[in-house]
Amino acid sequence: MEYIIAIFIGLLYSCGVYLVLRRSIVKVILGVFVLSNATNLIIFLSGGITRGGASFIPEGAETVDPATISDPLPQALILTAIVISLGISAYILALKYRYFDVTGTHDLDQLKNTDQR
Amino acid sequence: MDNLLSLLIALIFLAGFATPLIHKLVGKKTGLLLAIVPLTLFIVLVLELLQLPPRESALLQTSVSLLPGMDFAFRIDGLSLIFGLLISGIGTLVLLYAAFYMAKYERQAHFFTYLTLFMGAMIGLVFSDNLMVLFIFWEITSVASFFLIGFDHHVDKSRQAALQALLITGFGGLCLLFAVILTGNITGTYVISELLEQSIHLGNHPQYYLILSLVILGAITKSAQFPFHFWLPGAMQAPTPVSAYLHSATMVNAGVFLLMRIYPIMGGTMPWKYGLMITGGITMFLGAFFSMGQRDFKRILAFTTISALGTMILLIGIDTTSSLKAALVFFIVHGLYKGGLFMIAGIIDKTTGTRDIYDLHGLGRQLPLTAVVTLLALVSMAGLPPMLGFLGKELIYEAKMQLPDVAWLVLPLSVGANIMMVAISITVYYELFFRRKNKAVITLKYRERELPFYFLAGPVLLAAAGLLLGISPTFLELPVGNGLFFMGTLTESIHLSLWHGFNEVLLLSIFTVLSGISVFILRAPITRFIQKMVRWFDQWHLPTLFAQLINKYLTAAAKNTNLLQHGYHRFYLLTFFLAVIALMGLQIFRITEIDLPELAASPIKIHVALLLLISAGAVIYAVFSSSRLSAILAMGVVGYGIALLYLYYGAIDLAITQFLSETVLMVLFVMVIYYLPSFAVLSSRKSRLRDGLISLGVGTFITLVVLKAKFLNLQTPISEYFAATAYTEAHGRNIVNVILVDFRALDTMGEVTVLILAAAGVYSLFRFQIKTLKKKKQNKA
Repeated sequence: MEYIIAIFIGLLYSCGVYLVLRRSIVKVILGVFVLSNATNLIIFLSGGITRGGASFIPEGAETVDPATISDPLPQALILTAIVISLGISAYILALKYRYFDVTGTHDLDQLKNTDQR
Repeated sequence: MDNLLSLLIALIFLAGFATPLIHKLVGKKTGLLLAIVPLTLFIVLVLELLQLPPRESALLQTSVSLLPGMDFAFRIDGLSLIFGLLISGIGTLVLLYAAFYMAKYERQAHFFTYLTLFMGAMIGLVFSDNLMVLFIFWEITSVASFFLIGFDHHVDKSRQAALQALLITGFGGLCLLFAVILTGNITGTYVISELLEQSIHLGNHPQYYLILSLVILGAITKSAQFPFHFWLPGAMQAPTPVSAYLHSATMVNAGVFLLMRIYPIMGGTMPWKYGLMITGGITMFLGAFFSMGQRDFKRILAFTTISALGTMILLIGIDTTSSLKAALVFFIVHGLYKGGLFMIAGIIDKTTGTRDIYDLHGLGRQLPLTAVVTLLALVSMAGLPPMLGFLGKELIYEAKMQLPDVAWLVLPLSVGANIMMVAISITVYYELFFRRKNKAVITLKYRERELPFYFLAGPVLLAAAGLLLGISPTFLELPVGNGLFFMGTLTESIHLSLWHGFNEVLLLSIFTVLSGISVFILRAPITRFIQKMVRWFDQWHLPTLFAQLINKYLTAAAKNTNLLQHGYHRFYLLTFFLAVIALMGLQIFRITEIDLPELAASPIKIHVALLLLISAGAVIYAVFSSSRLSAILAMGVVGYGIALLYLYYGAIDLAITQFLSETVLMVLFVMVIYYLPSFAVLSSRKSRLRDGLISLGVGTFITLVVLKAKFLNLQTPISEYFAATAYTEAHGRNIVNVILVDFRALDTMGEVTVLILAAAGVYSLFRFQIKTLKKKKQNKA
């Protein structure tokens, strides 16, 4: 299964990089989404994927056998990452909106210098 | 007494930084007030000198240190005392002189700040007992002189001259730093006293040639030696007090000082001798020769300075006891007369409004005191009795005649240079004070009586010092003897006197003077010839060539910058991704510990694989879709697919978060998308193909890295700790949540901060939009 997920991550990366290299800024933003998702998956995979239970400590017990649950640490890290990438993406979108309003272009090549038209 | 000296050096810097404040309080008297500081230092140094034992040096430790092993310790011996006395003495006079000279200038506070800091750096340079500290002071002098030379910063020429001086001396400073570091590495210490005591000589070390050439480069750039001499005539763009100080005791003499200081450590070898003799000899002759072709008094003096510095370097290169003695004495001689002459140039400039010696005439009657003082200074420059200059020149001749093998080359050059010195001295004096032109009288802006005494004090006192020391040079025996002892060349005490009997040296002097007078009589054709030569040399006008070189360098740098900083967003990223591929590729092929086939992978689940297949299809569709909305929806499919994957592998919290954030993003995107232009294919087919290949490469490498990383556990995971303590210590059953809000609560706080910032950013971006819309509407209305 790891092989398939790894290849899937590779594919996501390919698509993300391709999108990020576009001149149209909308595509670049889409590329950033894809790349952040793919990166989260890498962290998830590195924690080990087991068809285990959720990482809860059952009612009544004090501890849980780590072998029976999925690894909680990467999950915590990814959770943080998802939320942050949500914030960043929202910001980029707003910025993009503003930027198109000011410059009137969506072509990054037109943005070579800082002078406004 | 000893601590007083260190305090005084600190005080100069303090005074420098406090100058703007002092200027606010006392206004035009700033220079007079500041002069107290170097004057005190001068008196302290004279007292030190009187106590100086002939064969000992004193070491003043201070508690300040730059780094371990780099203390601000000060070393008092004959060499540093001679330099220190001249720097502080002439410094006092220059400050007094500048108080009047600069009276009508703007930005006086700046001027005195730079001048005082420069003085402090120079004092620090000659007294410091640590090569690294010496280097720092060396650099401060370069920087301070940059500001002083370029003081008239509204004049293009000044700025250019300042930049040139800075670049050349800065280059020399780098060489010096390199040499100092190498020396420190070899000997294990930067402390000059230790180097001298251990009598280490680097002559046999394999890196000796490198170090020596770096040191010599440092010294000759600072001391304006051929072929780096051209910054010095340019530097006379500075206000005259600065030129007087720069030329007489400071800046350019720092190179001479450096060579004398490190002489015991690296001097006396063949490359040392020939390197210095050749540079010094050429500079000495060219400087004296070209001085004859100039019209501007200050420019004439600048070229004679170059010549004098060449003489000193040459003498250090000759490397005998008598030559080093001559070099030290000549430094004093030169400082005294050159400081005075520059100040006189300033006085004449102030009173008449010009410095062109051929425009001026018959000033003798109008400026009688100046005429007398000029006479004394020029007599010293020409090397005639009874001034100290005579003694200096006699010592030089003596040293050169004793030179074993190359006397036949050095001596004629030296005599030639001295003949020119005699001739230029007479010419200057004749043109300024004697020559009558149709009974015309130069109109003066000030009469001599109207000038304040402190304006005239400098040249008068310097000329008097030259005269007194010339008559009784025994006063110099002690410091010169001590200085020579620490250069390791002296075995018995030295004796200095003006009259040394009738011998071949005296004959040579008489010949020099007679030839000098003949050159003066024939000066019209000779000057024309030299001016022709100067014009011919101007084909390779060094300042211009230098400027061109710098310009070429700048153009090349701009070209390179444009190549790398082209402004195309995607090419930056392209570079970045290519570098990543290359580095990752290298690293992957270097790690060969794990082979992929040995992996124990978990079994393939068909439904999960199907989920991934759909997601993959969606993402590929998103890439190639031409509709914005369908691309975004496809992205949503991918996001939900990943959320389901999380869910399948037991990460419930992740799945929920992913669903939520993906939904929010979709909504946001759809909200914004209709304000944005539709997709357009902007790139050519070729660049799309190139980008495709690169992205496939990145993807492949990421897959490989993920697989390698997955099965490489370097550390024991700490997840077990969380599982074990989540309930017992943090009292929560959902381990992921406990990690987020308890174990790694700070992380979460950072995350919340990011969210708040992003929200604030989004809000302000949209608010601006509303404002501009309103404005537009108002404009239309």
